[in-house]
Amino acid sequence: MPRKSIELPKIEYLSILNENGELDKELEPKIDPKGLIEMYRYMLLARRTDERMLLMQRQGRCGTFPQSSGHECISMASIFNINKDDWHVPAYRELAGLLWRGWPLESILLYWNGFEEGAAPPEGVNDLPVCVPIASQLLHAAGIGMAINMEKTEKVVMTYFGDGASSEGDCHEALNFASVFKAPVVFMCLNNQYAISVPLSRQMACETIAQRAVAYGMPGIRVDGNDVLAVYQAAKEAVERARRGEGPSLIECLTYRVTPHTTSDDPKRYRSDEETKEWVLKDALPRFAKYLDQKGVLPEAKRLEMEEEIDKTIKAAVQKAEVMFQSDELLNPLHMFDYLFADMSPALQEQRDELAEHFKTKGKDWTNPQKKEKTPASPRA
Amino acid sequence: MAEMNMAKAINLALFEAMTRDDKVIVMGEDVGPDEGVFRITEGLFAKFGGDRVIDTPLAESGIIGTAIGMAIFGMRPVCEIQFSGFDYYNYHQLESHAARFRNRTRGRLTVPMVMRAPYGGGIRALEHHSESREAIYAHTPGLKVVIPSGPRNARALLHAAIQDPDPVIYYEPKACYRLFREDVPETMETLPIGKAQIVKQGTDITLISYGASMRATLEAAETLEEDDGVKAEIVDLLSICPLDTETIVNSVRKTGRAVVVHEGPRTCGLAAEVIARINEKVLMFLEAPVVRVTGFDIPIPYFSKEQAYLPDAEKVLKAARETLSF
Repeated sequence: MPRKSIELPKIEYLSILNENGELDKELEPKIDPKGLIEMYRYMLLARRTDERMLLMQRQGRCGTFPQSSGHECISMASIFNINKDDWHVPAYRELAGLLWRGWPLESILLYWNGFEEGAAPPEGVNDLPVCVPIASQLLHAAGIGMAINMEKTEKVVMTYFGDGASSEGDCHEALNFASVFKAPVVFMCLNNQYAISVPLSRQMACETIAQRAVAYGMPGIRVDGNDVLAVYQAAKEAVERARRGEGPSLIECLTYRVTPHTTSDDPKRYRSDEETKEWVLKDALPRFAKYLDQKGVLPEAKRLEMEEEIDKTIKAAVQKAEVMFQSDELLNPLHMFDYLFADMSPALQEQRDELAEHFKTKGKDWTNPQKKEKTPASPRA
Repeated sequence: MAEMNMAKAINLALFEAMTRDDKVIVMGEDVGPDEGVFRITEGLFAKFGGDRVIDTPLAESGIIGTAIGMAIFGMRPVCEIQFSGFDYYNYHQLESHAARFRNRTRGRLTVPMVMRAPYGGGIRALEHHSESREAIYAHTPGLKVVIPSGPRNARALLHAAIQDPDPVIYYEPKACYRLFREDVPETMETLPIGKAQIVKQGTDITLISYGASMRATLEAAETLEEDDGVKAEIVDLLSICPLDTETIVNSVRKTGRAVVVHEGPRTCGLAAEVIARINEKVLMFLEAPVVRVTGFDIPIPYFSKEQAYLPDAEKVLKAARETLSF
């Protein structure tokens, strides 16, 4: 027969706790109550932090930042499947995951207030900092996965990107490299249907992002990105597969960017409020809260206590960060030279001296204190 | 001492580096069983195997991007980009990530990696196979750029690049790969990145160059000495970034005259930076304006005309004589 059909895997769609709060009991993953509460707490912490940062931004107390509200579920329900010594390579809407991994709130506030210090991963946290260019972080994740294979350990890498990123060449290269080298990477796509103003229909002409996995020879699945249980289950299977040495997976989480792209964006220019409102109703947080309440894991009274505790935590972190913003150690402009290379070249030292001199003539001597080195990450292999 | 050409010397350095440190891995297109299109990775796959000598898919951004991940993890990847004319694909990864991780994480995450690529004209290659774009990388804060000119410094510089704690671009003058042989010591040696070498002492004029253009520069210096009785001092930059200002200005202070030679385009090329530094430090010692002998501000022509484009001894000689007669 000269012509015949080539059989390709089918793409699944997974929803366990739907937008009406209806649960598919057969598919419900077994997560212990402690874990469920932990996930909810970090999602809520991220939501409230995001909201607080928006207020601060409007008051001139925070720089431009991409809001993460509405994406907590994807970040939290996936990252919850990995261990401390696994790796996390975020894009920039994974606030919940970063906080859960151990990034202090102050770091987040520092970073979006223009301090590189906020991009330094805390000690013992195998995370890369947020990645502002689009899709390029996926190659770092693939490379870390390749190195894990060389080290012959069972660590895995969780990495994140958006629907816009799926159009970038680096996304293709990362999926392909990871697949060819069987790198233990879980590619989490936050398909929020908008790349700033460009809708999904202008990003691609195929039905799902998940189906691209077929082309790379890896499993792909689309899940309801506002369904904690579905995201958790899909990520769990992908992590287990990666640990078994079977290589990468692609998980497309369908959600909607209910916020503007960043604090500088005005979505009214390109979409209707009605469309957004429809998706606000599908929000993961109340859906998950209702599930936890019905299960008796987190009754409403406890949830309100949690709200209070989180409010206090954020207030304390904001206070601490705002003191740091004013410290000479962090404000010292000469630090812009200090971390470029392990050793500073004479020409760069000259430029540093030139700037120091400039400030001295204006009455501010920045030459002391000298830089304080972050502890370098220990070689991991 | 063993006599060898530059291709062999680079190969030797890779072999030595992989032997002494199992974190060193080589990756790129056709670097495995094919041993590289210029055979620079000869014998490496056979000796170290496919886990450490990695044939990658054909994707330059993929090579550099995954190498960044590996370097952060603790490996020391040495990437081969088959021709420098294709390294624009991966420029984004170098500029936005390799060059920045240390700075933006305040020293927590670092990227000790090397990108090797053959650069430059003179071998009658295909289009897009003869560019000389080192200035792009020198203009990229956070990267170091080194370019050897002969077998011995090629091996020593590659060791320095691999051992460096930060990302290094190692451009190989492919016209010199098999052009001449040189004694290379038995024991491993390194050269400090950021240091130029005075390859010939002189008193009358300073000729500054690097990489493949060193050949034209040396030839011109010989003629100057034989025909004009002029003693030229020759500076081989070796390190394009950081640039060794001290060696350059000390020489010019002594001679009062200088010619800068490279094959990359003139505007914003390395010569412009060298001259700016001479002006900043030793302007009052100059007896004549510093002259540039460079490629022109056009894409390097296809090979029927590449010799007209490239700096040669005649062009260097003419520039030196103009400078001397000023």
